[in-house]
Amino acid sequence: MAFETPAAVELRGLTKRFGSVIANDGVNLRIQPGTIHGVIGENGAGKSTAMKMLYGIFPPDAGEIIVNSKTCVWESPADAIAAGIGMVHQHFMLAGPYTALDNILLGAEPVRCGVIERKKARTRLEALARQYGLPVDWDSPIEELPVGVQQRVEILKLLYRDAKILILDEPTAVLTPQEANELFRNLKKLRDEGKTIILITHKLKEVMSFTDHVTVFRAGKVTGEMPTSQTNPQELANLMVGRKVVLNINVPPAHTRDELAMEVAALSLAGTVAGSRHKLSDVSFSVKRGEIVGVAGVEGNGQSELLQAILHPREPLCRTSGTVWFLGEDVTHWEARDIRDLGVAMIPEDRQREGLLLERPVSENFLLGLQRSSAFSQGGVLNSRNLLAAATQAEEEYDVRPRDLAIPAGKLSGGNQQKLIVAREFQRKPRLLIAAQPTRGVDVGAIEFIHNRIVRARDEGAGVLLVSFELEDILTLSDRILVMYEGRIAAEFARGQVSEGELGLKMAGS
Amino acid sequence: MRKLLQPVLAVAFGLALGLGVTRLAGENPWHVLQILWKSAFGSRYDFGMTLFYSTPLIFTGLAVAVPFQAGLFNIGAEGQLTLGALATAAVGAVWPGLPWPLAPALAILAAVTAGTVWGAIPGWLRAKRGSHEVINTIMLNFIAAGLASYVTLYLLKNPDTQNPETRPIGAGYLISQFGIFGGAPVSVALPLAILAAVLVWIFLWRTVIGFEMRAVGQNESAARAAGINTGRMTIIALAVGGGLAGLVGVGEVLGNAGKFRLGFSPEYGFIGIAVALLGRNQPAGVVAAALLFGALHKGTADLDFETEHVTRELSLVLQALIILSVSADGLWSWMKKRSAA
Repeated sequence: MAFETPAAVELRGLTKRFGSVIANDGVNLRIQPGTIHGVIGENGAGKSTAMKMLYGIFPPDAGEIIVNSKTCVWESPADAIAAGIGMVHQHFMLAGPYTALDNILLGAEPVRCGVIERKKARTRLEALARQYGLPVDWDSPIEELPVGVQQRVEILKLLYRDAKILILDEPTAVLTPQEANELFRNLKKLRDEGKTIILITHKLKEVMSFTDHVTVFRAGKVTGEMPTSQTNPQELANLMVGRKVVLNINVPPAHTRDELAMEVAALSLAGTVAGSRHKLSDVSFSVKRGEIVGVAGVEGNGQSELLQAILHPREPLCRTSGTVWFLGEDVTHWEARDIRDLGVAMIPEDRQREGLLLERPVSENFLLGLQRSSAFSQGGVLNSRNLLAAATQAEEEYDVRPRDLAIPAGKLSGGNQQKLIVAREFQRKPRLLIAAQPTRGVDVGAIEFIHNRIVRARDEGAGVLLVSFELEDILTLSDRILVMYEGRIAAEFARGQVSEGELGLKMAGS
Repeated sequence: MRKLLQPVLAVAFGLALGLGVTRLAGENPWHVLQILWKSAFGSRYDFGMTLFYSTPLIFTGLAVAVPFQAGLFNIGAEGQLTLGALATAAVGAVWPGLPWPLAPALAILAAVTAGTVWGAIPGWLRAKRGSHEVINTIMLNFIAAGLASYVTLYLLKNPDTQNPETRPIGAGYLISQFGIFGGAPVSVALPLAILAAVLVWIFLWRTVIGFEMRAVGQNESAARAAGINTGRMTIIALAVGGGLAGLVGVGEVLGNAGKFRLGFSPEYGFIGIAVALLGRNQPAGVVAAALLFGALHKGTADLDFETEHVTRELSLVLQALIILSVSADGLWSWMKKRSAA
């Protein structure tokens, strides 16, 4: 079978070290031309490293890269592009105020006598867009286009440069379910036109639905390669993690108490906040103790602002009007510290930016926010013995690896950073847990762990406000689902009342 | 261990480079080094003068290092120390009859208070109005200089001299000098500076406020999300820095001059930035770096008459080269790579 057609890409014994860490250890990979090939693995498993070597971002320490039966040594991505390889990065590489057309031409401008021949380029691009069904408004500034269209522009950029092999890194991370489906329809069309597509992802569902072949990475090695039709999500998850994983945890029904954990009434934020398209208008809802309320929505529809308004209600930049109650207290004019002291735990949206001191040791990160509790300080002086004892115990209980309190938090993997935050926040014995993107960029094993912890917190009587872009989080965990769209609560559902498709439509504003 | 090695190597490298420069000027570098060494450490008096110059640098180095741990750049140590010294002298000039030990205690309190206020102002402006502390501390340096001139020349002018200085302080204010340094004015201010370094270490690494301050310096968003009042920490960090700079007045006024002299500081406040940088913003590092820079300051003082082509401005060249080689991160990773290969 494997010898019928020459591979579009073959990696042989690819090895890459970063200092003492082996990122890729003898990676072998064959990608058939004209297929969609999934590359999956946990964070830090080495899948991105392998693809970055294929794209010429850094050279391998050992091993060979063979493209269309030719051994290649890249000096830089420019060589890889010349050989017909293109890559769409997870964070788009676009120049905001430039038009879609100029973004595509940037770096490959057709120039005659020092003048960019936009008209000729445009004709060619329009033909490409028609051929592959990728319509784009050429003349709008790219920052004003929806994310799905920005991604189309990224793909057209590659097609314009005659890429035959397209690498897409986590392409659905920022898309609604509808946009994601459309992307995959387009990818299939590209495949049918003879392109080879490599899809880097950690979402099993995408691999199962849209790929022809799949390669699984774990700890820098390839642990499996097979046609997608001959495998199933459970097998893939086990290969990724190296043990048996429970994919869908069983969430028992909630025993909701009548007591309110939190309530917000008519919460509004006027004006736009930097970097966000939306503000808050008239947001009202409540969370009871013993209940998980999920807030679904596409990124940038006011979720970040909502979280800031709840935690920092007294700051005028976070809230222009409305009231916030926690556990029966009107905290609208309280300081953040006093709010947290009520028993409010918080898993922040962006763990590196808002949750951790990356250069400081794990022990100090464990202390952050707890430094004034009587367990860890007396009379303003820190009690490092108690801290080390509690942190050691928590590392054990929450399985933070490696078990080393002295290494900087930035050296932990994403999943372990998140577990560290969960461990810290649960020290508060929360009566209200605010969990924002609790599984973002976290691998399957850790997702299972975090989901279980959130459910346990609920069953111990905490109210849980869950904000997530991942429909899987929302649908698995929420007892009630709120949908946010353009800064408003656009819909509300009880558990089991809504399908994924319907939820996706509400998230898109219809 | 490596953390220690890098600054030491950088100092050696900077010194070697600086002495190389003297060769271009036509001197024998070995000879210049001998003069530097002799002038800084050659006798008890010389060593005493080195310590005398180092003492204010410990204070100003700490004054830069503490706000730096909170992510703030204090360029205002010069103004803070000017007002600290002025306040010390003013107390001593206005109430000359106060007895020991009440008198120095009060004067030290005045030094700390003046510096603290002068540091807290840019802290408050940053926390409440969002204006940048670098700009504000620089501008407050000018205001402090103007204020000091006015008070010295119009309110507390010493009528017995043409020099721009205040009336002498009362005898009860003077703090003792150590006798073993052959007359160099090394006073109790030196142990006070070392005590300050120890207290700063405890403050930064063992107290809740120190932890919160460092958290703000490491990651302001995370500190804020953890419920830390970041504005308050900004004010505290700069106020503490200002207070430390203000203590320079103790050694100068109570331990040395007995009055406030306009322009007494050879820019201790700005050298303090270099001291903090070389000392990696750690109290122990600051003390070591202050000693080095004090030695450079004293060591180069004799170059004017001992050599033909090199003047005492060499100390500035050496300081600059040492700072450049400390901050040349690329150089270190290159050297590491070479030694690994």
